[in-house]
Amino acid sequence: MKNRLIVSVSPHLHKGESTSRIMWMVVISLVPAGIAGVVIFGLNSLWAIMLGVISAVIAEGALQALTRRKITILDGSAFLTGLLLAYNLPPKVPFWLPVVGSFFAIAIGKQVFGGLGQNIFNPALVGRVFLMASWPKYMTEFTKPLNYDAITSATPLALIKEGKVFENISYLGLFLGKRGGCIGEVCILALLLGALFLLLKGYISWHIPVTYIFTVGLFTYIFGPKGLFSGDWLFHVLNGGLILGAFFMATDYVTSPLTWKGQIVFGIGCGLLTAIIRLWGGYPEGVSYAILMMNGAAPIIDRYTRNRIYGTK
Amino acid sequence: MIKLKEHKSLTENKPVEMMSLPPYVYIPLSQHLGKACEPVVKVGDSVFTGQVIATVQAHVYAPIHSSLSGKVVVIQNWPHPVLGRCKAIVIESDGIDKTQDTCLTGRQAGHRTQTEVNKLTPEQIKKIVFEAGIVGLGGATFPTHIKLTPPRPVDTLIINGAECEPYLTCDYRLMIEKTGEILSGLELVARCLAVKDVYIAIEDNKPQAIERFRTQDTRFKIKVLKSAYPQGGERQLIKNILGKEVPQGKLPFDIGVVVHNVATIFAIYEAVYMNKPLYERVVTVTGSCLAAPKNILARIGTPIKALIDFCGPLLEEPLKIIIGGPMMGIAQYTDQVPVIKSTSGIILFSQKEFVIRQEEFCIRCGACVRECPAGLMPCLINLASEREMWQQTKTYGAPDCMECGLCDFVCPANRRLVQSIKRAKLELAK
Repeated sequence: MKNRLIVSVSPHLHKGESTSRIMWMVVISLVPAGIAGVVIFGLNSLWAIMLGVISAVIAEGALQALTRRKITILDGSAFLTGLLLAYNLPPKVPFWLPVVGSFFAIAIGKQVFGGLGQNIFNPALVGRVFLMASWPKYMTEFTKPLNYDAITSATPLALIKEGKVFENISYLGLFLGKRGGCIGEVCILALLLGALFLLLKGYISWHIPVTYIFTVGLFTYIFGPKGLFSGDWLFHVLNGGLILGAFFMATDYVTSPLTWKGQIVFGIGCGLLTAIIRLWGGYPEGVSYAILMMNGAAPIIDRYTRNRIYGTK
Repeated sequence: MIKLKEHKSLTENKPVEMMSLPPYVYIPLSQHLGKACEPVVKVGDSVFTGQVIATVQAHVYAPIHSSLSGKVVVIQNWPHPVLGRCKAIVIESDGIDKTQDTCLTGRQAGHRTQTEVNKLTPEQIKKIVFEAGIVGLGGATFPTHIKLTPPRPVDTLIINGAECEPYLTCDYRLMIEKTGEILSGLELVARCLAVKDVYIAIEDNKPQAIERFRTQDTRFKIKVLKSAYPQGGERQLIKNILGKEVPQGKLPFDIGVVVHNVATIFAIYEAVYMNKPLYERVVTVTGSCLAAPKNILARIGTPIKALIDFCGPLLEEPLKIIIGGPMMGIAQYTDQVPVIKSTSGIILFSQKEFVIRQEEFCIRCGACVRECPAGLMPCLINLASEREMWQQTKTYGAPDCMECGLCDFVCPANRRLVQSIKRAKLELAK
């Protein structure tokens, strides 16, 4: 035997799955929604997306170099964070907004905790909430869909919040993304395509998104504007960032519970918080805050939703 | 449970081949769970094939027999596939493989006829099994005679022919080639245990074996299982066949069940019918770098290098040699380790089958938690173990881990989960 033999602990086989593969798969699944966003809101959104992604990757690399750690910008996780942050921005934002947001997301949302896998809160949402708190004007100025002259218009959820009646958009229109909103959240069809891909590939499971969306639907139906059981649940499901959040952000591995039982609790929690904020809170939309709050609760959910060990009751 | 890529086609249609006698055998004094044996022969003694060469005074042990006739040349430390190093009796072959017929209880010359076997009492059968040095050949190496004497009555016997580890085909070939013998052995075990139900558990990826058992006239139930790993784990098998679990901290006999491996049953047959102690076994030698992977009937104590050489010239240099299956087997540091009673397979991995994977941070994807057949939280045990928080590892279930390796297998971050759980188990046992 010429070589020295390699000795390691069992098992000696591996499925071949890797973290970076998963990250890039999620990126791929988000491509249709991005394309739809650009088609609906114009090239502005493309620049915002690119700036978000590039600055997230640069921020990650720079911070890792600065702290003398292994540079892992190719693993797709910073790319994904930047992408999700950009998807959560209004289409017409000043060019520096995605840059600042991405940097904050990576630095404060992720690297201060120790990098990938160590953070408590979803970094993209941390970035978004930071931008919301700092520059609310830019973060709430939405443009009309399919009208590239950048005429501002409020989102349907915001109109409802202000007690106004919004111009009638059919459910089909909402489904296809014909409304004001953030770049990546409007086209439900594109989002569902990506989500289906992730579900079929097994990268996400149904537990969080289904329970999340179902809870929002049920809650908004029960507590309708004209009394109990009069709500327009479909309107609430199709509007805001619910679909984007439920399939692509609440399912973030790092910040969601480990077991299926825990994920169901997590999904219901996200749904309740989202509905409560939308119906009675100060903001028209509550997906970001709901997910962030449940992120904070994930460790304690994990504690009480462990799997049953074989041979125990 | 997961359906793994099997790689069994390398050897599944290769009938068991007998190897020519090795010039030397290195027989370790510890090949079973329990107390290691002490030599009862001296350097220079002549021994015959099947002679007891080591035994000990203890409750849990099995005697060890010579696998060759010849001369004891030295008793010294030698590489051991499980323990790293262990004292071994080295015997030089005289090339004639002389046996003595009178090595086991009964003292009849040669084989026992069916009538003679029918007259044996359970006590006599257990004695023969003990004297033949039979241990659980599925890998656990628990002395079989003890399992034939459960402290409380049992009603169900399961024969484990699942062989769920990829690559291994030794049990499969045995089931195909020695079906009748296994059923005769099974009859003996069923008689010893006085059980009501007997199941022969085989995975559906072993059609020929299923066919063989079905064409035999037998009162035993043949249970075909969907192939999945780790089906052959004792506790998993009980759950899948009987729909009940062995309570935490208990043993299968506590719920009236005993599980034996098919190879063990065959060894019992040989001991009782042929008066033959356990000094040889079927070993699958496989891997894509071998010119001709084989199932080999090898003498205990044969260095694995001899078995590898028997499979023709190497097409590629192996990077890793594993004894056992690829999921639970042990990587060897030398090809001089001998075949012992528990050696079911020798797997050679070249560059094609094996890549070194860098360990990354856990991303809490939960794949290990979902796949764990014992219902544990491997990723959290791993983190606690790395921080040496041993009590924490216990709350996440470390002591209940059977080390099947599925968590490592699915981990996208290449965490060394099994390694850290093994460490936690050792620390908790202190």
